[in-house]
This record gives sequence, C-alpha cells and structure tokens, in this order.
Amino acid sequence: MSILVGADSKLVVSGLTGREGSFHGLNNRRYGTDLVAGVTPGKGGQDVEGVPVFHTVHEAVAETGADTSMVFVPPPFAADAVLEAADAGVDLVVCITEGIPVHDMLRVYTHLHRGATRLVGPNCPGILSPGKANVGIIPAHFFSEGNVGLVSRSGTLTYQIGNELAQRGFGNSTIVGIGGDPIIGSSFIDVIALFEAAPETELIVMCGEIGGDEEERTAEYIAEHVTKPVVAYIAGFTAPPGKTMGHAGAIVSGSKGTAQAKAEALEAHGVRVGRTPTEVAEVAAETLAAAA
Amino acid sequence: MDLLEYQGKSLFAKHGVPIPAGRPAGTPEEAVRAAEEIGYPVVVKAQVGIGGRGKAGGIKLAEDRRAVERHAEAIHGMDIRGLIVHELYVEQASDIAAEYYAAILLDRSAKKPLVMLSRMGGMDVEAIAESDPDAIVSVHVDPLVGFQGFHGRRLAFDAGVAADVVRPVGSMLERLYRVFVEEDATLVEVNPLLVTDKREVVALDAKVTIDGNALYRHQETVEFRDPGAEDPQERMAEERGLAYVKLDGNIGILGNGAGLVMSTLDVVAQAGGEPANFLDVGGGSKAEAIVDAVEVILSNPNVSAVLFNIFGGITRCDEVANGLVTAFGRLDVNVPFVVRLDGTNDEEGRRILADAALPNVHVEKTMLGAAARVVELAGSPEGTATE
Repeated sequence: MSILVGADSKLVVSGLTGREGSFHGLNNRRYGTDLVAGVTPGKGGQDVEGVPVFHTVHEAVAETGADTSMVFVPPPFAADAVLEAADAGVDLVVCITEGIPVHDMLRVYTHLHRGATRLVGPNCPGILSPGKANVGIIPAHFFSEGNVGLVSRSGTLTYQIGNELAQRGFGNSTIVGIGGDPIIGSSFIDVIALFEAAPETELIVMCGEIGGDEEERTAEYIAEHVTKPVVAYIAGFTAPPGKTMGHAGAIVSGSKGTAQAKAEALEAHGVRVGRTPTEVAEVAAETLAAAA
Repeated sequence: MDLLEYQGKSLFAKHGVPIPAGRPAGTPEEAVRAAEEIGYPVVVKAQVGIGGRGKAGGIKLAEDRRAVERHAEAIHGMDIRGLIVHELYVEQASDIAAEYYAAILLDRSAKKPLVMLSRMGGMDVEAIAESDPDAIVSVHVDPLVGFQGFHGRRLAFDAGVAADVVRPVGSMLERLYRVFVEEDATLVEVNPLLVTDKREVVALDAKVTIDGNALYRHQETVEFRDPGAEDPQERMAEERGLAYVKLDGNIGILGNGAGLVMSTLDVVAQAGGEPANFLDVGGGSKAEAIVDAVEVILSNPNVSAVLFNIFGGITRCDEVANGLVTAFGRLDVNVPFVVRLDGTNDEEGRRILADAALPNVHVEKTMLGAAARVVELAGSPEGTATE
C-alpha cells in the first residue's frame, strides 16, 4: 500500500496546456498515472494528447471524477488554483509551483486546514509511488517498488538518497517531496504518520534542512508515536545565518533553525542521522538487513 | 529584501502609521536642506541595514544648521561594522516619555502572523527575551480574520502600557499589521515605539523585510533596491536568475537543487575544505545557464578550485557537460574543476567531457569522492594532476 497517490488516483492538472504542465503531466501518464483531465480557463473543450481540458476544476471533477489535483501554474495564480481545486472537492492537491508569496500560502494553509483537502507542497517535486503512480516531476526511473518511505524538503537530494538506496537493492513505498517553502501544506509529521500506518512501509527516511523547527517537532513526534525505524539526513551545516539557501524556507534566523540543532534533536529522540547522503543509505540498508 | 529605515517608514506613512517628520538625504548638503525644511532640533541617522547604529556614532542630535553639517559630514561615508553609509535620514527630534517595542513576524511553526509588544523598548530585544521573557507579550492572528481591536487591547493591557496610550498603541499595531499584510512583509519591527511628552505614539525606527516572492506586485518597493550596496557576485548571479550565496572559502560549488547544493557544501566541509559559495543552477539547466554560473563562480577571486555536483533528474548530465565545454571555450579558466555527473544521461555527459579533453578537469563518480578530490586540488591552485 502506497500513501497519498496510487493506482486508483485520478489526476487533474491545473496548467496542463502550459509547457511544463504538459511535459510533466504527460510524463506522469506514461508512467501509468490515471491522468483524466486538464484545466486551463478559456481552453475548455480542447485536449492535450487525448486528455480533455476544462475551463474550471469543478467541471473537470464533475465530468471525470478526478480526486487528485496537480498545480503547475505560475506563482501569481498558484494560490488561486490550489483554492479552486480544494473548492471543487478533490482529496489531495500537489502544488509544484515555486515562488508563491508567503502571505498567499498563509491564507491557503489556514483555509485548507479547516476542510478535508490535503495539500502537499508548494515548491516541491511531488509524490511518486513506484509501480503505481507519479504525480509531479520526480524522475521515476531511479526508483523501484519497495519498503522504504521517503519524505523530504528537497528534490534532487531525495533522488541522490533514493538512488543510493536502489544501488543497495532497496526500493520505495512512496517518495513524498513536501517542499522547501516556509509555509507548506503537509509537514514531516503528517507524512510520517501516514507511513507509520501503511503496512508496506518498513523504514522511513526523512530528509530535512535548515530553517524553522519542523525537524525538532518531528523528532518529538517520532519518539512518541512512531514504531518503525526512522533514518534522517539534515542539509545545511555550513549555511551562514541570515542567508536564504536556494529554498525560500532554508534560512538560519539568528541562532534558530540550524542543522546542528535539528540533528541533535533527532538523535536525542533516538533517530539515527547520517552525516552524508551515502551514510543515510548505508544506515537504512543496515537497519533493514538487521530487521529481516 | 530588507528595507532601510527611511524606506520602511515610507511604507508606514502610506498605511497611516504615525512617524516623526523626516526626509532622506544622499549628501550632507541635502541633509542640511532637509533639516531647514523640518525645523530644529533634528536627528541625523545613518541608513544602513544593520543594528547598533547609535552605539557606532551613526545617530546624532543636531540643534542647529552647523551641527547638522558637522554630523552629516561625519556620518556620511562612515563604516558601520563593515557597511559604508551612503544615505542619511534627517528626522524631527522627539522627546521621549517612554520607549516600547512592537513587532509582527511570520511564525512558521504556528503558520500564523505573531504580533509582539513590550514595554521595554529601545534596547536589544533578544537580550530582553532571554533575561525577562515575561516582559514581551504576543498574540497569533488568524490570517483569514486579520488583526482585530481585541488583539491590540489584549497586547497593550498585558504588556502593561500606560493606560492613556492603550488606544493609540492598539491603533498603531493595527496599522503595522496592515503594512505587514498589504506590503507582503515577513517582518515589521518598531524599536523603539515612542510615547512622547505630549502622549503621542510614534514609530521612531522601522525594520521591514519584504517577501522576495511577492515583489512582482510591489513595484514601488522594487525601486528601493540599491544594487550598488549588494555583493558584486550576488548581484551578478541574481541578474542571471541563479540562486547564489557568497561564502568565505576558496572552493567554488555548483549543483542542481537547493538541498543537494547545501549537502555538497557540508560534504566538502567534512572533507576539510571551505566552500566559496552556494550556487543552485536549478532544474532542467541548459548549457547557457551553466556558462553563466561558471562565470559567476570564477568572478570571485578567492576561488582556487571548483566542484560540479550534478544529480540529473530533469537536468540532463549531457546538457551540463556541454555547458561546461562551452564555458571553457568562452572564459579564461585557470583553476581545476572536479565534475561529478550522476543520473539522467550521465554516461553521455562523461563521454562529452572525455572527448573535449578540457585542461585540469577531473571527473569523479561519487559525491564523496568528488568532495575529497576538490579539497585536495584546492590546496594547490596550479594543480598538476590530470585525469
């Protein structure tokens, strides 16, 4: 059993007629994802390689039964697109867009939190359940089906760690990129709770970075609620304070949000932290071999 | 984007936050003209994006024209903790009955704005937070409801502000919240928030940070940018759309994806090296972006070796290799490069590099191997080893 996206997911893509949206949307379909609709206001009635395009998400959901939305629209319009998808009643919105104003995300987060729609992202690579469905931009060919759940604030670093796991013969149940923005829809805790409840996942790898205190809170959550082994990686030990390191959320503010503090909090709560991506894969492989 | 005091105050004025009369001045002569318009006494204030201006002698009271001349001459061009003062702000002097502290920031944990108020203003707030945490009161605001009258009353009463200014302090907070939301700020800080002898409440300082992602809808804020005050490499990178942060070391770093680049810096540091920069060339990087990135990295004279760490997802390793070959053709490269290409089209990328036989370019298969190699080469900038 994968989490969040699987063989049953019916995907609608906001921005399917755009260059990025069509490239990745169709890529997702080739992987086997059930891409049922696209949405571009003003282009309803057209199709993208056979995928029907609608003016509104409401129309797309009514006509196709889509339950998962992927948002691929430019930053000024992305918050609107996420709210539209939630209003149309999808279960899950995956927002890939990078560069959404943080005040927009405050409103979106607060609104969605009160309803039933889950948001993953923004500024994330999406979600891949190997062998079942790919919603986003994760290059699926590095990953195979398996029992490691992977959750990360970073894209490429996830591919690096996933690839190192694959070289050691381990696959993934689901890979979730939660995004590198300061305000994101789903936290490490949200995703780890799903992995904990998913029988197929036997080990969880979390990949954090500087900024905020999510990793510290996750450490406490893991100690109290998670029975499965968790291996962690934290990026940004050499990041100077006050500088945004690529991701809008990756910033050490004063003495807060350092990699050191996060690694220490995780270790204090019994989570093993690899010093390099390679070491994370080694520790994960050892842990799984010991459990087998 | 951090605003200077006078820039923050112009946003305050726009939203009705009371401030003393003031004018920015680019030269001592302009400062005098500003003072003549405002009327004496005035305060001449250095405009630099750093705290501790007063202690450094960057804020001076002037009773008359001659004092303004003297202070403006002294402050203009002054070095305050490494920052040269290019701009001044001349402000009507205020008499001080009490100094409070107010701030609105983004609380990432709670995912809500946090409004803070303290009766102990005019000093280092982090020091207060440590020595006397109860002296600072705060409330979260629901972003969908916004700042309400009760928020202001609660903060003012809980902070113990003088009873006669509870209402104006609340009103000030409400207007600061408007600045926070409508100007897309991630921080609005007023220290001190002043109560004058006439019991007026004014913002005597302004520290405002604007969300860079929201600048597209704030043209007037974009114009506050002073490219001359920015680091030359960081400015060059920004013009080319590259995420770049300059660091103190000598090993230039390029990678794709913020997390992978941060991890690369860490791994290089673990191997005993010192990174000269963070540079995320982004997803789907084309050859042209690589050329731009190499130029930015090499424009830092401290760089004595460069590490490329690419894990190709959407980014194709052959594109990166072609970019590097083009860069070597166009630029004068005289430091060793270590290149690690893994992922999409990695074999093709390595073949392109082998065929091009670039001088002093070393190909490594793993991230850790590449880090160790570049640290070794950075020690000897003329590096004689070849692949």
